[in-house]
Amino acid sequence: MQGGKLSATELTEYYLERSERFQGALNGYISLTRDKALETADHVDSVRRQKGHLSPLAGIPMAVKDNIAVRGVPTTCASKVLANYVSPYDATAVEKLADCPILGKANMDEFAMGSSSLTSAYGPVSNPWDLKRSPGGSSGGSAALVAAGCAPFSLGTDTGGSIRQPAAFCGITGFKPTYGRVSRRGLLPLAPSLDQMGTLTRSVEDAALVLQEICGYDSGDSTSAPHGVPDFSASLIDDVSGFAIGLPKEIMESCPDGGTSRAVEAAARKLEQAGARVSWVSMPYLDESLAAYMLIATAEAASCLARYDGVAYGYRHSSLSLEEMYTGSRIFGVEVRRRLMLGTFNLGTDSGYELGQQAREQISSHLEKLFTEIDLLLLPAAPFIAFPLAEELDPLTMYYNDVYSIPANMAGLPALALPCGESGGLPVGMQMMAPRFREDVLLQAGYTWQCRSDWHLRRPREVEL
Amino acid sequence: MTTPIIGLEVHLQLHTEKKLFCSCPSDFAATPNTRVCPICLGLPGTLPILNQGAVILALRAALALGCTINPISSFERKHYFYPDLPKGYQITQQRQPLALGGRVETPVGAVDINRLHLEEDAGKLIHTGGGTLIDFNRSGVALVEIVTAPCLTSGSEAKAFLHSLRQVMLYANISDCKLEEGSLRCDANISLSGGERTEIKNLNSFKAVERALDYEIQRQGKAQAQGEKIIPETLRWDEAQAKTVPMRAKETPGDYLFLQEPDLPPIQIEVELVDRARMSLPELPRLRAARFVLEYGLSQERAKLLTATKEMADCFEQLVATGATSLGAANLLLGEVSRLLNLGGELPSSHQLAELLALQEAGSISVTAAKEVLAQMFAQGESAHSILKKKNLCQISDNAALEKLAEEVLARSPGPTEDYLRGKKKALGFLMGAAMEASQGRANPVVLKEILAQKITAQPKKY
Repeated sequence: MQGGKLSATELTEYYLERSERFQGALNGYISLTRDKALETADHVDSVRRQKGHLSPLAGIPMAVKDNIAVRGVPTTCASKVLANYVSPYDATAVEKLADCPILGKANMDEFAMGSSSLTSAYGPVSNPWDLKRSPGGSSGGSAALVAAGCAPFSLGTDTGGSIRQPAAFCGITGFKPTYGRVSRRGLLPLAPSLDQMGTLTRSVEDAALVLQEICGYDSGDSTSAPHGVPDFSASLIDDVSGFAIGLPKEIMESCPDGGTSRAVEAAARKLEQAGARVSWVSMPYLDESLAAYMLIATAEAASCLARYDGVAYGYRHSSLSLEEMYTGSRIFGVEVRRRLMLGTFNLGTDSGYELGQQAREQISSHLEKLFTEIDLLLLPAAPFIAFPLAEELDPLTMYYNDVYSIPANMAGLPALALPCGESGGLPVGMQMMAPRFREDVLLQAGYTWQCRSDWHLRRPREVEL
Repeated sequence: MTTPIIGLEVHLQLHTEKKLFCSCPSDFAATPNTRVCPICLGLPGTLPILNQGAVILALRAALALGCTINPISSFERKHYFYPDLPKGYQITQQRQPLALGGRVETPVGAVDINRLHLEEDAGKLIHTGGGTLIDFNRSGVALVEIVTAPCLTSGSEAKAFLHSLRQVMLYANISDCKLEEGSLRCDANISLSGGERTEIKNLNSFKAVERALDYEIQRQGKAQAQGEKIIPETLRWDEAQAKTVPMRAKETPGDYLFLQEPDLPPIQIEVELVDRARMSLPELPRLRAARFVLEYGLSQERAKLLTATKEMADCFEQLVATGATSLGAANLLLGEVSRLLNLGGELPSSHQLAELLALQEAGSISVTAAKEVLAQMFAQGESAHSILKKKNLCQISDNAALEKLAEEVLARSPGPTEDYLRGKKKALGFLMGAAMEASQGRANPVVLKEILAQKITAQPKKY
């Protein structure tokens, strides 16, 4: 595009056409925003013609998860409650990517509560590797669209694994930065102390490019980190010599999907050959971590969703009595209602929330100690591979999807999911975690891996046909 | 009867330009829903950003009340559902308030303060014939809540406390403390020892606080005497019926499901900031009154009256600084100026009053004329000189002019003159009155009296 051989409009048109073509099969979008995308593309083209200033990713289209505010388009969180809600402002990350045409708002689990994208009020998303299977969740639409080549990259959010698990299910690269790296302004919260925005891309290299744009302090988010943002591309080096990698023994031994643990262990050996030192470590608290996460995440969600009362915006049940208006306006789906009930029960003093926070502190300090001995943790991104859409998973099994990814949210660590093999013909993802603000370690290790493997280059066949 | 136990919760709107968590202006009486943004409307995905100006003002309020500042304080979400609360929760400080302790001295004794904390205001419901409307202009306005210890025992004590609190808060310029505009609001908690507690809301004036509490003391006492149980509930003071009316069952802290606000890190208050805030506080009324006694030789009563408001006390000191005697300045301010202030006037500038005092002390203006000038000053804001000139009110102290006046009066009044000469000293009063009237009150009475007496005795005898 910089050489004038391709215009932003042509590129955007290409992705729009693909997006529209596969919308029926994938249901990856809640809304497609063709006009808005072409408007941005046209603007970029005219600025480029006039040799004006453009950001590095100008003209590269993207899909945005529908729990991220985009001005002038519906922002529904995949809920009927916000069906008619149009955001009057852009999230900070969207502002920073203002030159990237927005193809549409990606489908997801309702209010990001789920690991399947089945709880969306706008219908489930299909996995491009097998349309009868789930792309994972909650950023299922964001992952499926990138995997199917409908969007070059997408923005997602990750509260307990919502970027990494779908990235693993769809065979793409998912990056959740350190808590505070990317502004949460404009992210419709699930659990503010755990939520973080991140990227879903084809490669680690692409992740570095997008992260470079969206990371950084924002005075509009009091929990945003004041830390300077390094040049992420400088970490794209094919070298892991001297890296100390920890492999959590309990996880590798108990992973319910044998194909997954075999693929991750093989990847560890390959990185060892590349010069890394791999050792077994122990994370003996995964079940407790999942329980603590549910206590915290449900309680914060119950608080955050209290505003959806139908008074000032969103769906309102028309009724003469205030009480009926309130109760009638809560048209949440089953999973959301379940978590709001749990969360309300967990709120307050001497509550489950406090207990969860205490466990969280212990997990954080354990991980902090662990990282004095190793540079990064290597583990599966999820305990399962993509499951069939028709399979009715009970809620507890569904929650178990996030068991390997939750510790990073609890401790605020950066984490990266990468394709590392297959199991039963479906993608398998591995996960790397590093100390806070050490995105550079993840990028370097991830890049090295992708220099020495081709899993990230494989495409789902079904959609190509 | 058992002793009433009363505690008050006072909300003050801070004198900040911006709201507590966004940049919307917090001015009163703007057109509904014109002082709003995504943050104070609680729109999805918005985050609160703490206004540091509000923190500093709250800090000053806490220091003015002698509170201990918590080096670290945190925000909590207090959940309840009401249409004027757009987020479904209010951001307040529950576990670690900004400040603890403190006390307010009142004419009827000291009142202990339990805590002072920051929180955001809610919007306002407007009930119309066609339905209920919401004005979110007030939503997110910065408040401090001041909670007293349960140490008050009567309506009059509560009222005295509110007056003293208001005085200190006005002195420290924390809030404009206007009950009618809602920038000062008070809820009262009351129980009789051993009984359940009720909370009274909708107390729109200090008088209402006093009356509602006295009513509730009686009501609870009567119920207790009859063996009835007091229901712990929230009551509303009905001014028209002059009684408390049940609103809803009393909430317990558990009902609010407090959650530490994950969108806001704790407030850390550095010692230097506390020092700076302390330095920025003006001298507070009690200390100032004590100093007035020592420094200006005023009685305690007069010192207290002069320091009732910061404006009055400032004015007094400015008058003295420009050369007025403390006695003259105090007399002027506590006399005619206070009378006019009570009629609803605004205090003229100390410069204007100094001018008037100087004229009075130089004897260029009579007491009557001074009153007229002052009234004019309150009404028009004009300077003493220009009023005097316009109204021709300057005092005549010139000897030649007064002698001429005396001669004229004596010539016109042979009767009284003779009476005086015959020993009826009272007749001089009549002559003075006539002379003052002839001068339209402008003659300097002291000088005139001397001249008159002199002139009579110097009269050539007619017989």
